[in-house]
Amino acid sequence: MSRKSPPPIFLQRSSYRQRRLRDGARLMPFVGGVLWAIPLAWSGSSTTQDGGTSGLLFIFGVWVFLIAVTALLASRIKSDTPSDDEGETSQ
Amino acid sequence: MMPFSALIAIALLYVSLLFIVAFWAERHAATGKSKWLQSPWIYTLSLSVYCTAWTFYGAVGYAARSGLEFVTIYLGPTLVMVGWWWILRRLVRIGRAQRITSIADLVSSRFGKSTQIGMLVTIISIIAGTPYIALQLQSVTLSFAVFAQVDGSSWEQADFAQTAAWVAVGLAVFTVLFGTRNLDANERHHGIVMAIAVEAVVKLFALVAVGVFVVWGIAGGPTEMLSRIETSDIELWDQESGRWISLIFLSGAAFLCLPRMFQVLVVENSDERHLPFASWAFPLYLFLMSLFVVPIAVVGLELLPPGSNPDLFVLTVPLFEGQNGLAVLSFLGGLSSATSMVIVATIALATMVSNHIVVPIWLSLQGQQGAVMSGDVRYVILLSRRISVAAVLTLGFFYYRLSGGGTALAAIGLISFAGAVQILPAMLGGIFWRGANRIGAALGLLSGLGIWMWTLFLPSFGVDAVISQSVMENGPWGIAILRPQALFGVTGIDPLVHGVFWSILINTTIFILGSLATFPQPLERLQGAQFVNVFDHSDAAPSWTGAAAGAEELLIMSQRILGSSEAQGIFERESERQGRGREFPEVTPAFVDRLERELAGSVGAATAHAMIGQLIGGSSVSVEDLIAVADEAAQILEYSNRLEAKSAEQERTARALRDANAKLTALSIQKDAFLSQISHELRTPMTSIRSFSDILREGDMPPDALSRYAGIIHDEAVRLTRLLDDLLDLSVLENGQVVLHEQTGKLSSLLDRAIGAAGVLGGKLDIRRDRKDEDLTLTTDLDRLVQVFINLISNAQKYCEAPSPVLTIKVSVQGDKTMVDFIDNGHGIASENHALIFEKFSRVSDESKAGGAGLGLAICREIMHRLNGDITYLPQPRGTGFRVVLPKTMTSAALEKM
Repeated sequence: MSRKSPPPIFLQRSSYRQRRLRDGARLMPFVGGVLWAIPLAWSGSSTTQDGGTSGLLFIFGVWVFLIAVTALLASRIKSDTPSDDEGETSQ
Repeated sequence: MMPFSALIAIALLYVSLLFIVAFWAERHAATGKSKWLQSPWIYTLSLSVYCTAWTFYGAVGYAARSGLEFVTIYLGPTLVMVGWWWILRRLVRIGRAQRITSIADLVSSRFGKSTQIGMLVTIISIIAGTPYIALQLQSVTLSFAVFAQVDGSSWEQADFAQTAAWVAVGLAVFTVLFGTRNLDANERHHGIVMAIAVEAVVKLFALVAVGVFVVWGIAGGPTEMLSRIETSDIELWDQESGRWISLIFLSGAAFLCLPRMFQVLVVENSDERHLPFASWAFPLYLFLMSLFVVPIAVVGLELLPPGSNPDLFVLTVPLFEGQNGLAVLSFLGGLSSATSMVIVATIALATMVSNHIVVPIWLSLQGQQGAVMSGDVRYVILLSRRISVAAVLTLGFFYYRLSGGGTALAAIGLISFAGAVQILPAMLGGIFWRGANRIGAALGLLSGLGIWMWTLFLPSFGVDAVISQSVMENGPWGIAILRPQALFGVTGIDPLVHGVFWSILINTTIFILGSLATFPQPLERLQGAQFVNVFDHSDAAPSWTGAAAGAEELLIMSQRILGSSEAQGIFERESERQGRGREFPEVTPAFVDRLERELAGSVGAATAHAMIGQLIGGSSVSVEDLIAVADEAAQILEYSNRLEAKSAEQERTARALRDANAKLTALSIQKDAFLSQISHELRTPMTSIRSFSDILREGDMPPDALSRYAGIIHDEAVRLTRLLDDLLDLSVLENGQVVLHEQTGKLSSLLDRAIGAAGVLGGKLDIRRDRKDEDLTLTTDLDRLVQVFINLISNAQKYCEAPSPVLTIKVSVQGDKTMVDFIDNGHGIASENHALIFEKFSRVSDESKAGGAGLGLAICREIMHRLNGDITYLPQPRGTGFRVVLPKTMTSAALEKM
């Protein structure tokens, strides 16, 4: 029945990298939401001239970017083991 | 031209192929060789039930009418998928830990396994889901009609209805066969998931094929395509920001809340690790599905005669160009989209209806004896599911018939989304906020449902269908702020945005306020903690106390739900765990909890809880139990902390005692040595005094010898007296009887006095001093201080064995203390003796050189303590050092006088 020693403040390099990758994964939907809202702020002239193709290309371009970054993050993030699970957020 | 009958044959062939795939997958899963079935690709493809016929055909029509707005339907789910770490990961983990069977089960399980909440969510899902199923029937029927028209026949209303009926029946058969074959403990359907994955590939392939044909076959390449898009009539980018953002939110939320999506995302998920893969692969799927939508719409508008239905461009463009094969492929893609959606939606809805409406009602009709009645409950549950499947499809069919299958139906897709999304606040609140409770959830769901019905669903039937024109314009009973499309006087915004905004806002607000204002039941709090902290402890705290049921009764009941072999397997494993061999296991709360979870995998948490509750006698967890458990845990923790503190203290004491003992032993040895020493010291002068006084008594001797003998006797007596004086002095100091006489003087003159009195002047000892440092004025008992100095100087004289002995006296001021160090160049003192040199009677060396009795340093220490100073041994690299520490008061008082 020994008292639980407090978790160490600093992590090893690999665990630290994992934490930051998870932060990145958390950030993704916000990045996507902001990027896809950008064309809303475009003034009418640039979009009406080319019939909106720049908007089309922009939206699909952001889409490819999101897929690529998410794929990168998902391949780097290790499936969480119960021990280091959520140590940062839930305590 | 292809005959219509050939198309029917192809469709039937395709469907039978799906049957074979599903059957094969079921067989493989049953034999356990399902490695391939559990690949993340299958999981990702199964998510494609999101892309229904409405999106397969409808997206092109949507793009033709509203430009890029169609893409919002895919952007929302993309954001949810790339943000998998937030919500989906949590949902999947909860789904596995709690054996969730549907979204209604999730919400009901979270809010205290409440039957009412489960019913409410089920009802919302049915109302929102039925039009969507009708939409699928419509699109399949329309695509058939397109081919029939090409074949030369024009369809009547009756033909449409008949086709829709046949499609509905066919889907019902497929769903019943593969969706309700067994009561799986995990509620997973390998056959159906596999069939859906195949259909996902077919529909993607079909749409991409049509797109490639349009871009490269008709337009002549991407660059030409882009210029065609630029010059086309479609207003690609004419977005109102409110609608754009609302639609992204709506589709993302619906992606989480639609029963069919929850089914494939959470319930059918066999491995959490598939989620990161799907997080990018499914957005990629959506990307490819929407990539060619705009080109097809643009080309369709150019080629086809005005007035053609843009919703069918995917079919009619290839047909117009004479590409029959491509058209059939596209038809199969549309058929796949419709069937996969309807099958999964029906399974999900049927599970919900059966677990949250039929079985609870059946149980309550059976009364108290419900769970122990004879008969196979499995049969009842399966039957109720099959009937539910048929009922859901029938409902969809009737909705299709009633709505007339016109364009009004096409608009219902988003309204249906908005209905399903009403579950979102309760669901997200439930998994992120422990304070969310049953009453808040129920009130939120009810208000959301009400506002959605009033602002979106009922008006969708058309003017004067349900809500009259005058109510739309003036509000019910003339209350203007209740107008369905201008609630609270908010006018001028899109009706969909208006409805979504108000329903979600009021739903969420009432959910939060209701949760804040009311108090949850114990089981809700238990479940709340488990859901919100699902990553901290995946093991459940037992929620059953004082199990009153016998193991036999429990076995009978679980046999009837899980089947005898499965149930007996569970009981045997438990017996093994408890180490009871082949006997029945003991009914512990933990076992009952495990059993309940197994049952929940089949019939949902609420029903499983209710059934167990009937057997156990309703002795579920109470607040007192919770508090008792918490108290006990806290007490144990505190007790163990106290024990630990105590044992640490005892260890410290033991160490101090050991040290003291060692010191005492050393002292005792020293004391023995001293006693023999002092008897010798006393004896030697005594002996000489006695013998010389004997000689004197005899008389008759020369005067010079007389005076010499008398001198010896005197010297010896002085030595004795000094020894006794020292002993007396020490005793007085130790008893605190000494009286101090305060005087003021210079440190340098004190040292002069000490050196003079120690009698070292002109001797061998070389004393080095720095008179500048010694220029300090002291106020203390100067005579006593000089006594200490004398002792230290004469010690150096006595014990320093160096050939040319040197004593250095250094004075330094550190902070509020003055240090006087006496350092010689002798041998020093061994470290094991450092603790002893200040003790009485202690002598480091056996040599009794100057007849010291080992009292000098003890006296010094006592004096310094009386003067509030200290004397310590100062370890040196070479030689012996002592440090006399004079406290500030001794010097500062003097400084004031200067």
